[in-house]
Parts: sequence; structure tokens; C-alpha cells
Amino acid sequence: MRLHDLSFRYKIPIWGSLLIVLSVAVASAALMFEAYEDLKEDVRISAEGLGGTLAITLFPYLLHDDIWHAFEQINAAVHDRMPGNPVQAETIFVVSPLRQVIVSTSPKKLPMLADLDSLGPDYVELAHALVQRSPGKLAIHDFSSTHRHFYVFPIQQEYAQVGTLVLAYSKDVFLPRFRDLAWHGALIGFLVLAVLLPINWYWGRHLALPLVDLARRMDKAVRGGEKEAPRASYPYRDELGELFLAYDAMQSEMREKALLEREILQSERLTAIGRLASGIAHEVNNPLGGMLMALDTLRERGDLSPQVAKTMGMLERGLRQIQGTAAALLVQTRDQSRPLTQQDLEDVRTLIHPQVVKKSQRFDWRAALPESGTPPAAACRQILINLLLNAVQATVEEGRISVVLEPSEGGLRLLVINTAEPIPAQHLEHLFEPFVSGREGGHGLGLWVTYQIVKQLQGHIAATCEQGEVRFEVWLPLEKTP
Amino acid sequence: MVKQSDRLPIGYPERRRVLAGLGGLALGAMLPTATAAKARPLISIGFTPAFVHDQYALLEDWRRYMERRLDMAVVFKQHDSYRETMDLLRLRKMDFAWVSDYPFLALKDRVRLVAVPLYKGQPLYRSYIIVPIGNRQAAGLKDLKNTVFAYADPLSNSGYLYPRFAIHTMGANPQTYFRKTFFTWSHKKVVEAVALGLAQGGAVDSYVWESLERIDPELTRLTRIVQRSPEYGFPPFVAQRDVSPALLLRMRDLLLTMHQDAEGIALLKRINLDGFIKGDLHLYDAVAEMMRTFGEAGAS
Repeated sequence: MRLHDLSFRYKIPIWGSLLIVLSVAVASAALMFEAYEDLKEDVRISAEGLGGTLAITLFPYLLHDDIWHAFEQINAAVHDRMPGNPVQAETIFVVSPLRQVIVSTSPKKLPMLADLDSLGPDYVELAHALVQRSPGKLAIHDFSSTHRHFYVFPIQQEYAQVGTLVLAYSKDVFLPRFRDLAWHGALIGFLVLAVLLPINWYWGRHLALPLVDLARRMDKAVRGGEKEAPRASYPYRDELGELFLAYDAMQSEMREKALLEREILQSERLTAIGRLASGIAHEVNNPLGGMLMALDTLRERGDLSPQVAKTMGMLERGLRQIQGTAAALLVQTRDQSRPLTQQDLEDVRTLIHPQVVKKSQRFDWRAALPESGTPPAAACRQILINLLLNAVQATVEEGRISVVLEPSEGGLRLLVINTAEPIPAQHLEHLFEPFVSGREGGHGLGLWVTYQIVKQLQGHIAATCEQGEVRFEVWLPLEKTP
Repeated sequence: MVKQSDRLPIGYPERRRVLAGLGGLALGAMLPTATAAKARPLISIGFTPAFVHDQYALLEDWRRYMERRLDMAVVFKQHDSYRETMDLLRLRKMDFAWVSDYPFLALKDRVRLVAVPLYKGQPLYRSYIIVPIGNRQAAGLKDLKNTVFAYADPLSNSGYLYPRFAIHTMGANPQTYFRKTFFTWSHKKVVEAVALGLAQGGAVDSYVWESLERIDPELTRLTRIVQRSPEYGFPPFVAQRDVSPALLLRMRDLLLTMHQDAEGIALLKRINLDGFIKGDLHLYDAVAEMMRTFGEAGAS
């Protein structure tokens, strides 16, 4: 896996950490550089002070060739030298105008009368610089190739130059001091990191986790996996919060779309089944009419043996049953039916009531009809009776059945609710298909017929099942008053 | 010529008043205490680098010892060159001095011998030619040609006169024998210069070198003696010519009897001497002979 493919859970903290480390390193380096420059400046100030004073005091001694006193002067400046103190000169020496050592604080390394040229590369460079420099001026020589800085002071009074004072500072002394500085800088850096990195890590994860969560939800939604809780856990109103809102909106839209698709599918299936069923019913009905007619004709002749009469009876009952079934499949609403009235409702209630009483069920009835345009009475009575019979059958003893009729959205809403065992989901989907029965002994045409009637009246019907209640909701449009 | 007033310490308000009262006998002397100076006569004693003269505690103890025994106020004056002490003696601004043999001879007419120290039982010392310990080859002055050489003082026998005489005796010219020479104005500093490698050779008083060996063995260990001179008369204690014979005798008595009391013995031990004797001018004949060789003043 490449670095860029890493999860934000790691990527944000890692990038944050890298930035912090980089910032701390740059800040520390800048501080160290500053400290190093300060150190050099300290050396310069110290050297110029010391060198200036020494150049003045050395003049009379050099003029009188008083080597020992000159030595005592310069030696005092490096005496009691603290090792590793970069502000103190490593060596102080005086060279003659001929670039010979007159006296030095390290006589073994820089012996008296030695030519600078013979003392090693550092001093050759210095000798070269001394030839070129304009006499009588302070000069600082920091040759990149040498191990020492040189501060050069003329020892002169009124153009009488008797020698040149040189203060040599070892660059090697800078190194341990610089290492100390670097170490301290690094220590502070690490402390800062120790504080910042955990904060960054926490913050990075805090930022990344909702993103990761969202990505996971999106992934699942795209793959059509299980449904997530619609509200995700991100309480803030920033861009991420907006993403979550958008995700939630998308999620609910997708759910609605899926629901709609399923309904359309179901409706189409029911329509197809209805067409098939009524087609078959028609095809069965026509010969059936003929057969029954033939049986009637035969019976009217009268000269039938009891055996034949019995057989004919059996045939006729069989055919009548087939006719009943076919008729049930061939749902037809009577156009000429009158509108539903309060009296129709009372009739239905009276019809059902004995059965309710028989099972000791509680029966709530609330009915309010619109003032005009109520749907046809016959269809409504059949729908109500079908649904109520179903409800009485499905409800346990001492259960509860509620009926509500009320005007709603320019139509009549018809609600039948009963306490019952929950209907399994797969069963619920096929509830309105013919020959689907929820109980023993039912032929499964009641709801089919109800559905067909509702559809023919251009209403809609839905069954839901939740919290121990089965709920049938029917909506029928009002008849347009002429 | 060093002006006397230049040498005086600053911030000593009583000084001028007291000096006026003493009629300039010990002009510019450092006073131990103002009250003591008023009550008692005052003498001044000069010390030169003829011995390890920067042992200040020792000098103070010796000064107090002298004050007690003489019942006089005593002032010690240390100078870093023989010349300064000689000048003060010549100008009669100093009563007594411990000088080297050479200045003694140079000032012969102006000073009187008080006592000669006894070192290792003898009133004698030598000049040592020393080299840095790192130089293992050199066996004497003959091996130090064309080197940098440290002399102690131009008015020193062991630190200047003898080495030049020795070179002269070798048939060479002391002026050109060394590549470079310089003065350290003190025997102790000759040892330092050689130890540090500033000079490749030096001439030093045997008494100083050996005293240093006791006080500061780290320093002398860095040097090696390659040549020893014949013995010469030890640097003497002298009195300025105008000092009264009575005072001279008192001082001589003090020195000659130092080894008889415990405090004196302790002091002598610290000074690294056995005592003092009256001494004799003939002790210094060999020095006078050398001085004559170079035509130096005072070597009559």
C-alpha cells in the first residue's frame, strides 16, 4: 500500500506530526544558528577589546626588545585559561614586520624567531594575508580552510609599527560549545514535540474519524449493504457536518426511491395477476354458463333417475363453486351504486357485532363521513366487511379492533386496526395476491377482492404491521358531484 | 631613571606627613602602621630577585621579626630589577639591601658589607645553565649556539656575567653566540622562560633554582641543569654608606644570630639558608675578575 492510500486516521496525524517535527527542527536550527552567531560576536568583541589593549601595552616592550615583559603581558591574557571557553584566545603571538614570531604564548608550537611560513598551513595563510593587508589596520581573518580565526592588530604609535599582534581562536573550541547548544536546542525541541505530538495525534484522529465513518457508510450504501442509522454522529455545522447532512439526505432519498420501486413492482405484479385472473375467470365463466344452462335444461326434462339426479346435483354444486370462485376473481364494481351513507355503516357494524362479541373483543368504532361525494356504498360495504372479517379472524380473544372512517386529503380514509400476531415480511409483500391466505381454511380471495375494488375506485390500500398491531389503511377518492 | 613618587602606592594619606617628620630618611617607604612609625625610627630594606622575592608571607614574617629585634619600624621594598635597587642605594634612599654579588661590586664604594648568607654551610653559590627538559642532547653552553637564551638581569653575575664569561672563555663572542637573548629580570622567571620553551637555555642562580625545587618542584622539573659554574661569593646583605655604624652593627648582629632563636631558625629554613656570616670582600674576587674581562664598571 502506498503512503497516499493510507487512511485519514493515520494520514492526518502523520502529516501533522511531520509538519510539527519540521517546524520544531527549523525553529531549533534557527535558534542554534543565532546562538552560534552570538558566540562568534562575543569572541569578536572580546578579541577586539583584548587585542586593542594588548597592542597598546606591548608597544614599549617591543620598542625596547623586552621580550620577557611582552611575554608576561600576552601570557596573562591566556593564563588560567578555562578549557573549552571559546571567548578566550587559544594563542596570542606577536610577529615582526618580517613575519617572524617575536614572542608567543605557546613557545613550543610557535617558537621565537620562527617564520610564519614554516608553522603549518594555518600560519602560511595568515602570513599570506599579512603581506597583502594594508598596514596599521585591525583585521579579522577567518580562512575557511584553517582551524583558527585570527584577529590581527598592529602594534604601532604614530606610524611606527614595531610588530603585529595576532590573537588565534581555535574553531575546534566552537564545536563542543556548539554541540552543547545543539543538544540543548534538541532537548527543548523534544520537549515541545512531546507536548505537541500527542495533541496533534488526538486532534488528527478526532478530525479523521468522522470522515472515516462517513466513507464507510458511503461504501456500504453504494454496495447496498445493511442500512445504517440515518443520523451520523457529527454534531458540528462545518463542511464535514454539511457532508453528513447531505449524506443523510441522500440516504433517505435512496430509501424512498427503493420503497417506491418496490411498490411499483408490487402494483405491476398485482395488475398483471389481476389481468391474468380475470382473463382466466372470463374464459372459465363462459363455458361454465353453458354447462349450468345444460344442467338446468336436463333437469327440466324431469325423467331423471335418482342416481343421475344425485350426480347432476354434485356436478351443479361443483360448477357453482367454480362459478363463485371465477366471479370472485372477476371483481366488478357496480357503476349504478348509490353513495355510502351512515346507515350503511350501521348495517356493517350490526353484521359484524355478533362475531366480535363471540370472541370477547373490544370494538372501537369512530366514523365521520364527508358531507357529499362519498364513494359507492356497495364497494365500501364490501371493503369494510372483508377487512373486518379478516380482523375478527386474526385477532385473539379479548383483543382489540378499531375502525376509523374520516375525510382525508379530498377522499375518505378508512382505517382498520387490530391487535394480532405480526405478519412476516415476505407474507406482507404478497398479501393482496389471490390465494394467499394467512390462516387455515381461508381461500385467500378476501384481500384480493378488496384490493381490486380499491384499485377500480382509483384509491389505494396499504397494510403495515408494527408493535403488535396490523393496520389496513384504505383511501378512496370522493365521487365528483355533478 | 625611575622617579620615586611613581613607585608609591596610592591612597596612603598619612604617608607624606610621616615622611616629612622623618626628614626623608626613608623617603617613599611603605609603613607598617602609622602609630608605630611615629614612635620608632624607620629603616628600609631592599630585596632583589637574588632570591625568591615573591614569597610575600615569608617576607612579612621576616619583616616583623626584624622590627621586633631592632625595635624599629622596618619597611621592605621589592624590586624586579637590580638596577632599581642599586639606584635607590646610590641615591641613599634605602638603608639596607640584599643584592647580588655583581651589584655589590658595582656599588662597592657606596655600600658596606653587612653579612653574607650561608647556603649549604658555605657563603657560596653558582650559576646554573639550564635547558628545557625536552632537550636531552645539550651538555652545556657549547651546545646552545644559535639558540634563544634567557638571561636574568644585566646586573647579575650568575644570570648574565658568568654565561658570557664562559662563552668568552670558549673563544666565542657572547654578543653573537646566541641567536637571540632576552632578560627576564628575575632568576625565577629564567626558570619559567626555559620551562615554557620560550628560551632554549637560560642562566640562573643555583640558590634560586634549588629553592624553587623545594617550593615549586613542578616548575623546576621542566628544566634540566646542563652546566654548573665555579662557586662564587653568595649575594650579600649590604648597608648604604650613610647608615650609622651602630645601626649597621645592630643589623649585622641580628642576621648573624638569627640561627640562635627558634623563630629565626624557622625563618631561615623557609628562606632556605643556614644563617649569615660577617663575610669577606675576597669572596667576590672571582666576580671582579670576570667583570674586568668585560671592562665593567666598579671592577677596580
